[in-house]
Amino acid sequence: MSLLPWCIYLSLAGALLSLAAGRRSAGAARWIALATAAGSWGLTLLAAARFTPGPGMQTLVDIPWIPTMGVRYHLAADGISLTLVVLTGLVATSGVLFSWNIGERTGEFFGLFLALVAGVYGVFLSADVLLLFVFYEVAIVPKYFLIAIWGSTNREYAAMKLALYSFAGSAMVLAGLLWVYAAGGGHSFGFAELAQAAALLPRAQQIVIFGLVFFGFATLAGIFPLHTWAPTGHVAAPTAASMLLAGVVMKLGAYGCLRVALPLSPVGFAFWQTPIAWLALIGIVYAGLVALMREDLKFVIGYSSVSHMGFVLLGLAAADLRAVSGAVLQMFSHGVIAGLLFAVVGRMVYDRTHTRMLSDLRAMPLARLLPFAAVVFVIAGMASMGLPGFSGFPAELSILIGSWTVAPGWVAVAAVGVLVAAAFTLRAIRLSFFGSGEGAASQESGKASDHALQFPPITLAEKAGALLLVGATVLVGLKPDLLLDWINPALQSPLFHAVLKGGAP
Amino acid sequence: MNPDYAGLFLALRPEAALVAGALLALALDLSLFRRSRAGVRLGAALWVGALAVLAAGFCAALGARGPAFGGVLMFDTLAVAARIGVLVLTLLTLGAARAAPPGRQPAEYVAMMLFAATGLVLMAAAQQLLLIFLALELASLSLYVISGFDRRRPESAEAALKYFVFGGMASAFLLFGFSLLYGVTGSIDLPQIAAGIAGQGSNPLLLVALVMVLVAFGFKVAAAPFHLWAPDVYQGAPAPSAALVASASKLAGFTLFARLLWVGLGTIHASHEVPWFAPGWFPAVAIVAAASLLLGNFAALAQSSVRRLLAYSAIAHSGALLLGVMAAGRSGLGPLFYYAATYGLATVGAFGAIAAAESGGRCESIADLAGLHRRSPLLAGCLTVFILSLAGIPPLAGFFGKFVVFSAALQGGLSWPLGWLAMLAIALGALALYYYLKVLKQVLVAAPVPGAAPIVVPRATALSLLVAAALLVWFGLNPGQLLGLF
Repeated sequence: MSLLPWCIYLSLAGALLSLAAGRRSAGAARWIALATAAGSWGLTLLAAARFTPGPGMQTLVDIPWIPTMGVRYHLAADGISLTLVVLTGLVATSGVLFSWNIGERTGEFFGLFLALVAGVYGVFLSADVLLLFVFYEVAIVPKYFLIAIWGSTNREYAAMKLALYSFAGSAMVLAGLLWVYAAGGGHSFGFAELAQAAALLPRAQQIVIFGLVFFGFATLAGIFPLHTWAPTGHVAAPTAASMLLAGVVMKLGAYGCLRVALPLSPVGFAFWQTPIAWLALIGIVYAGLVALMREDLKFVIGYSSVSHMGFVLLGLAAADLRAVSGAVLQMFSHGVIAGLLFAVVGRMVYDRTHTRMLSDLRAMPLARLLPFAAVVFVIAGMASMGLPGFSGFPAELSILIGSWTVAPGWVAVAAVGVLVAAAFTLRAIRLSFFGSGEGAASQESGKASDHALQFPPITLAEKAGALLLVGATVLVGLKPDLLLDWINPALQSPLFHAVLKGGAP
Repeated sequence: MNPDYAGLFLALRPEAALVAGALLALALDLSLFRRSRAGVRLGAALWVGALAVLAAGFCAALGARGPAFGGVLMFDTLAVAARIGVLVLTLLTLGAARAAPPGRQPAEYVAMMLFAATGLVLMAAAQQLLLIFLALELASLSLYVISGFDRRRPESAEAALKYFVFGGMASAFLLFGFSLLYGVTGSIDLPQIAAGIAGQGSNPLLLVALVMVLVAFGFKVAAAPFHLWAPDVYQGAPAPSAALVASASKLAGFTLFARLLWVGLGTIHASHEVPWFAPGWFPAVAIVAAASLLLGNFAALAQSSVRRLLAYSAIAHSGALLLGVMAAGRSGLGPLFYYAATYGLATVGAFGAIAAAESGGRCESIADLAGLHRRSPLLAGCLTVFILSLAGIPPLAGFFGKFVVFSAALQGGLSWPLGWLAMLAIALGALALYYYLKVLKQVLVAAPVPGAAPIVVPRATALSLLVAAALLVWFGLNPGQLLGLF
């Protein structure tokens, strides 16, 4: 376990090294990035293998950091954080593989990429709220540059929008946290100490504080009216960055909601529970409907991410043990699936066809030209729809079951969302990969265009990355207990007891 | 009072070292380097100046503690830390000055900088109205001169004139306020003024004096609505001069301001009905802080010139620093000093980078920074650190500055106007990111304009930029190092 913090340091070291190496040779930067990303992932897996699940966070490092302010450098892990660091390692490693073709400013790309990854690891492992916040902001800055420098469609606008939304969210979080911290006398940023301080405040203040912190974090998780940064950002980002954004960074927001906001003030949560659930439901259905209408394939996936993150938020809002463990499982599942979808669309398809418009793609017989991509996209699509056998199924199911015990009405709306998700996924699969022949073109000209359209084959790096992600979603789909056995004990900790209800799942 | 001149000299060894260094730089320039090229003369003068500043720094670190010369000077933790901070910032400014064009009188330029530094270190320790005024004037007059030192550019003369006119008016206000204070309390020593005020209740004359002093300091630290000189001076002055005005002078100014308000005027009671306006100057300073935060951040959004942007950001930061001054009564001076010192490091670095960028071509508008990452990776990297620190992004020191000041301001909760100001400042921080990112977008994202040459950064400048960036990272990772002093 005590090895685990090294995934942060290793990623940071990798960031600096590939930044330095990139000035000489792009190849060296790539290999350094791959080695450190895979190495960090290996560390998380090693830690996971040695992990004994239990309630409460197991301390990894705990030293005073800013003694006068009571801030500690306190890293700790429980089943939830372990699930998410394993996810981070997986997505980061496959993200490096899918970025193998970045040729411009390669060293800087991987430097920023790994800095972002290090920040994400840090957030998941922090047991001191200020430390968590510091890592959270460290993760935001590289996103801006990854999108603005290496992005596509409208990148500068998208990057700025994403950065401003993120920072507006984190300003809300900071305001709420400082308020509680100061009210507690300014002694500690521990989760429990902040919760104690918050409990002493008047109810109205608790409601405002909870709102600030929860919605601040939820901005990054893509909660309904604050989600608009997500589709534009995902679309503009280079492949690996969209994979990280949708796969991991949106989880930072959800993780902050779960780890920081929920235990902070049960009183505040009681007030906000219903509004949050309805915003999540609106997000599920609305984003799904938008995904059904969009022409740009990456927008379809971007909105599908918002829709799927709605399930996570719904699970958190239900505050039922099963729903919350389902939400954590959904974070993992969606991280893998979104990574896979963006990899297929951004790297395998767009980098070869140079279009993401469904109307253009349907004119190409992509399933024949890129069979590997087609297979992966179908698998990812099925996983995304929540078919049994893939990780999305146990996750969404347990969110829905858990929410049913709280408010059946929510589940009815969410079920519509599941149908919409199936609809937009099938539409995307059909139009993108299996669209040829629908036009007026005859068989002859179809063959001719086959010859005209010769794409470079799928590279080994892409295949390796795709297999990693497909393997993960199938593995968790077939045996969700692998992760649930970590997650459920973690939810038994005294901090969560104050907000979560429901018996043992 | 029995004057102890030997003790006074011992206490003022840093000032003596600075003055000696200034005179030596002038003398060497007139004798040994008389016929050398301007670049060599500048280099020599800068070396002498740097050594003098280093010597002064050692004297300040190892020198006197506690009151000196019958309480005229006060070497408490804040004073010593601020004196060392001012000297570090001056040293970094001298390094940045290596990149600026030497001009016709390089030694005089360096000498004036050292005189300004002398005034600033005196300001940090002064505890008597007369000395406060003299130190402030020494620093201000030297700063006016170096603002107008670039004779080839009319903007520089304009900057100096504006700075001088506004500054002179501020000095007049200050003197008037001081004379009223003396008239009311019969003393010019801050602790005795406080004692004299304590029994007075709300004396209207005292309030007039208070307003005069606040107006004057508002001018000096560029707080809205007394900020009008700042954008022009930051834009027109030679970059190293602007660096000194924006960093060391800010640090010394806020140190003095905090001392004057808390030690000297902390016992003024304006109103007995409203308990949270404990010292009478609270409402006025709170209004100035709010105005600075709002005006600085919103005006900065619209700027297209890098230096004007930094000027408006400086006004916004002044607002945050005023929060630190107000919160000092509850949480001590640590947060204020940390914020001011790290803010100084970031601005001195930013102006140093601008000075270096100007040596390789135009650097007027933000767009002139386009492609800096190609033209000079070193400058781009350092400037990124400075701007991100100004924006308050962790793990850089700028974030912790905000964190400590705002959490100090929130200590009283929201029933205190200070808490609301902190909330306002946090909200505006998210807005501020927009204009900081606008700069970084040019630096790191945009491609260089065709024909833009690589920038050669002189070694001394590169070193001081790297040191400033390293200090920002170091104090960000170890905020306790500065905060633990207090």
